[in-house]
Amino acid sequence: MTAVLQAQDLGKRYGRRWALTDCTLDIPAGHVVGLVGPNGAGKTTLLNLASGQIAPTSGSITVLGGRPPASPAQLATVGYVAQDTPTYAGLSIADHLKLGARLNPGWDDALARERISRLGLDPARRAGKLSGGQRAQLALTLGIAKRPELLILDEPVAALDPLARREFLQGLMEAAAEHELSVVLSSHLVSDLERVCDYLIVLVDSRVRLSGEVDHLLATHHRLTGPRRDPDRLPADQQVISASHTDRQTTLIIRTDTPIHDPAWTVSQLGLEDLVLAYMSQPAAAGRRPALEVQR
Amino acid sequence: MIEFHLDDRSGVSPYLQLVRQVRQALRLGLLREGDQLPTVKEVVAGLAINPNTVLKAYRELEHEGLVAARPGVGTFVTATLADASLAAHGPLRQELRRWLAKARRAGLDDESIEALFMTTFRTAAQEEIA
Repeated sequence: MTAVLQAQDLGKRYGRRWALTDCTLDIPAGHVVGLVGPNGAGKTTLLNLASGQIAPTSGSITVLGGRPPASPAQLATVGYVAQDTPTYAGLSIADHLKLGARLNPGWDDALARERISRLGLDPARRAGKLSGGQRAQLALTLGIAKRPELLILDEPVAALDPLARREFLQGLMEAAAEHELSVVLSSHLVSDLERVCDYLIVLVDSRVRLSGEVDHLLATHHRLTGPRRDPDRLPADQQVISASHTDRQTTLIIRTDTPIHDPAWTVSQLGLEDLVLAYMSQPAAAGRRPALEVQR
Repeated sequence: MIEFHLDDRSGVSPYLQLVRQVRQALRLGLLREGDQLPTVKEVVAGLAINPNTVLKAYRELEHEGLVAARPGVGTFVTATLADASLAAHGPLRQELRRWLAKARRAGLDDESIEALFMTTFRTAAQEEIA
């Protein structure tokens, strides 16, 4: 399968601060990718690099086979909806569609008009008069009607109320199903993305902590509880993500590709949110430590 | 046509919830041979879930021989689950009732009965696999 986004040792520095470092990713096409991390982790930097709005300081990034912004043809295959789904407050919805048609070679005008009318929006209405949810839907319409192969959205639902959030994600998933669109969207809340994404990237402190298909991540992470013991004495193929102890009990979150046979452990499955939180709260050094070194 | 719903707190993966809802509808006769399942687009537009989740559920149902995809048209029910086994439900239920009464006489409360049933069920299932 072709890759929608590949990054090799990608980094971006602003002054003395690295907003993103050592970022290596290989995301196959046809996924809805959730990019999760706390505020300031580097999500927007990664998305701006992917959409060609900024250039890397180090390493390389390839989007749909080209280095963004490789050419007008490459740019036409990538849609980008910036943070807080911005629109031009003084322009009407119809103006936005006209602008979209003018600026995008592959513009699908019928799709844009059909979507606006289905949303019950008056094309003559100015964007400044729309509710937050309606404005987000307008920005999404522009992103979809461009007919990109990849649609990137930066925190699209953060500012929306629960109903508008659900409606926005419904529209986005409908477009993903209908046009076989790859989607990358970011959020600082994994719960926003849990239903929609099937590929996950966790970014903390400018680094990728975790990336992979959600099904695979859920199948390879487990919570173990049992009598207190030293996590260093686990089998070599069990990587400890987090460990907590009381005087008698040990609770671990581990990653492993093999079944857990030790009868002392009670093994339970992790939800996506617990899994992400385990990586987010992991100290920075632990993530870089060679995972398979075990002292016996 | 049926409508899917998702329980976020059930701990059951969304794709499996969809599979179970179709099986349940087949068992109850809500879905019959020839009926069409909602299109992938309809399901994702309704539930705001990943299209691959629906595709995975429909593939699983296809694999089980319960539905068949007609390219460009949709996915249709090809089998029924409300069949011969339905007739066996009555006698099985009676036996189960007798067993329940016996368990109560032995002093088991609701939770103990449930725990005993579930562990026996799981052990038996594991033995079948092994």
